[in-house]
Amino acid sequence: MLSDGEFTQLNALQLDALREIGNVGAGNAATALSQLINKKINMSVPKVSVAPIGDVPDLVGGPETLVAGVFLRVFGQAPSSILFLLPHDSAFALVDTLMHRTTDRTDYEITEMEESALKEIGNILSGAYLNALAHFTQITLLPSIPSLAIDMAGAILSIILIQLGQVGDYALVIETEFSANTENDDVRGHFFLIPDPGSLSIILEAIGVKENG
Amino acid sequence: MGNTIKVAMADIKVGVAPDTLISYGLGSCVGIAIYDNVAKIGGLAHIMLPDSRQSRAGENPAKFADTAIPIMIKDVLKLGAVHKRLVAKIAGGSQMFHFSGTNDIMRIGERNAEAVRLALKKEGIKLFAEDVGGNYGRTVELILSSGVYKIKTIEKGNKEL
Repeated sequence: MLSDGEFTQLNALQLDALREIGNVGAGNAATALSQLINKKINMSVPKVSVAPIGDVPDLVGGPETLVAGVFLRVFGQAPSSILFLLPHDSAFALVDTLMHRTTDRTDYEITEMEESALKEIGNILSGAYLNALAHFTQITLLPSIPSLAIDMAGAILSIILIQLGQVGDYALVIETEFSANTENDDVRGHFFLIPDPGSLSIILEAIGVKENG
Repeated sequence: MGNTIKVAMADIKVGVAPDTLISYGLGSCVGIAIYDNVAKIGGLAHIMLPDSRQSRAGENPAKFADTAIPIMIKDVLKLGAVHKRLVAKIAGGSQMFHFSGTNDIMRIGERNAEAVRLALKKEGIKLFAEDVGGNYGRTVELILSSGVYKIKTIEKGNKEL
């Protein structure tokens, strides 16, 4: 199992390899999203960061930022967590685009139908991401059913950070940012793949960059 | 006007009136406030996990209920608080995501709150008020001039303990 020390000592080749994993996975997910809403999706070069656990909420605009989060567990040889985080406005713009309608929203109410749509988007994106990742690494990865929360970013992220916190003080985050222009509003989202502590070495081994040096 | 001191995740801060201690966006974590009403001295800890015994040596003790509370008590006593005057108020411990077949990690909020109550009892600190559970995030703020523990949520309104 990689300890904190090893986390922070990832070499350039390993960081590149992890970035490439993010790229392949997110590329596939972006294509899926693009087909779903019939819009061009822009995608950032994935960021791979090793951050002290307390700093992770700042990656999405601070712990009190209102966001929608779709959370899935990944089972299989390299257990991980997936979190698709969207600013609150983006989440509703995405849902409205998907449902072919325009709306002006002023409250935080979400209907069962909209909740279900967001979960399904998370499901499709994660499936596409994991498919590419499994193909790339030859590791079997199976997503759980998605779960949704709309709340403060810090509160939503805490569930993943707590899991990591059981073994260390740092989190390895592979993050890709999406954006699309829709009739309703710009949609932005962050897609996080956060390997469980023991999973990182399995992934690195599978892509042949396990050795340090 | 005092300063507002930010308490990060897995962090402990102590202070004296007129300062304010604040911690943003708690989910299943628990924010533990202790306060001496006469000296106007208090502390705020933002813990993530119930129990340090399964952790490796040398880890941040502020992460765990059982190790954070004794450290925070020591820190407020150093500032001049008196142990028998200390009371505690706690908030957080929610369950943000729901899955069928909930495992231990999903119930972590509940376990955190329980561990905090136990650790406070062990240290002989009276638990004065609590706002725990639910499925929503909280921002907590301890006003050191009054001992009021403010809880802010997005949809569930604001409270003062």
